[in-house]
Amino acid sequence: MTDIKIKITDRDGVLHEIDAPTDMNMNLMEVVRSYELAPEGTIGICGGMAMCASCQCYVVSDHELPEMGDDEEAMLSEAFNVKDNSRLGCQLHITEDMDGLEVELAPEEV
Amino acid sequence: MIKTDILIIGAGPTGLFAVFEAGLLKLKCHLIDALPQAGGQCSEIYPKKPIYDIPGFPEVLAGELVDNLMEQIKPFQPGFTLGERAETIKKLDDGSFLVTTNKGTEHNAPIVAIAGGLGSFEPRKPLLENISKFEDNGVAYMIKDPEVYRNKKVVIAGGGDSALDWSIFLANIASQVTLVHRRNEFRGALDSVEKVQELKNQGKINLITPAEIISLNGDDTLESVLVRKISNANEEILLEVDDFIPLFGLSPKLGPIGDWGLEIEKNAIKVNTFDYQTNIPGIFAIGDVNTYPGKLKLILCGFHEATLMCQSAFQIIFPDKKYVMKYTTVGGVSGFDGSTKEAPKAVVKAIE
Repeated sequence: MTDIKIKITDRDGVLHEIDAPTDMNMNLMEVVRSYELAPEGTIGICGGMAMCASCQCYVVSDHELPEMGDDEEAMLSEAFNVKDNSRLGCQLHITEDMDGLEVELAPEEV
Repeated sequence: MIKTDILIIGAGPTGLFAVFEAGLLKLKCHLIDALPQAGGQCSEIYPKKPIYDIPGFPEVLAGELVDNLMEQIKPFQPGFTLGERAETIKKLDDGSFLVTTNKGTEHNAPIVAIAGGLGSFEPRKPLLENISKFEDNGVAYMIKDPEVYRNKKVVIAGGGDSALDWSIFLANIASQVTLVHRRNEFRGALDSVEKVQELKNQGKINLITPAEIISLNGDDTLESVLVRKISNANEEILLEVDDFIPLFGLSPKLGPIGDWGLEIEKNAIKVNTFDYQTNIPGIFAIGDVNTYPGKLKLILCGFHEATLMCQSAFQIIFPDKKYVMKYTTVGGVSGFDGSTKEAPKAVVKAIE
């Protein structure tokens, strides 16, 4: 299996059901960028190093995801619009276990 | 007024390398950057992160790369206007550009190269309903003059190095320092964390964690902040304060450059791929700030773009001069400071 289905609700509330590859070493932030679900320059600003919260998303489905690392936890502790189900898309590497994952992009920090 | 040949807006790796390439063509450069130090994202966001895709460097820390670039351009004696943001641009009668910063510093050059990366870095403002009302009336996002806080009651929010460092610094200046952070753990240098712990134990810093500021109160000026402890009880604490300093890092914004009449697409400046010139002749955009079909936001691409930009800049400044690109292995490097680097001459001896 190389592709999984992910449901992503963009910042305008539009739901996108997309195919995400599991064999390209991509993370969720990169998937969002590759499908252009958020304007360029508004997501993945730090390049995926958990050093900004531009790719923050809310995990809506009950998938068991990898635990947060220290960097992700620290960044989310300083980010805005954080909820209990917040994660950084750049820290979620696409794996087969994520098939059917549903996420919502957190509002852009202005 | 500062006069130069190429005015570079942005002192990140691309802007710094442009100084070197311009220097080979005997063109002087001056750089403007909103940050107080050169290096852009590499210095500000990830100085200790290794980069693996710089040709010739199997691995180099972002901060080291900046240090090396600074060393490489030293012979070309660039000027710097740091801690100021390029605000306005005006074309003068002689065809050159006048760029003025937010602090009023004027720069004049026939060529402007925008190497602004993701834009200028602005403080991230917490989402508190009436925060803008108190800006400059009790709320500040950066500390310019610590003396302003002498004998004042100050609340700092954040969990990074800035929040820790300023809490330590102001502990001996302000009458009361409260540090509020959403977690018990801090993302900062270990000795700073230990120092804050020590000052807390001495009663010089009031530490409230895990907690967050949820509202700001006052009429014209800030009078108090409401802190909510993040726990089951969600306990709330009303703190009387003179100043609130949220230190949540920086976020890049394209800023005033977006109003300069340049063609913008997807938050980036459109350029041609011949020489990375924008729709305004004489203004170039290089590195992460530009866009064109096939654009890749990589440092090495910025280096390439800077090189080509300088060749065109030379022809604009000296339309009647012919210049042939030379290899540094052949021509060496002659700095404006009189220094010269060149390959050692081969010694030819007759063999009898």
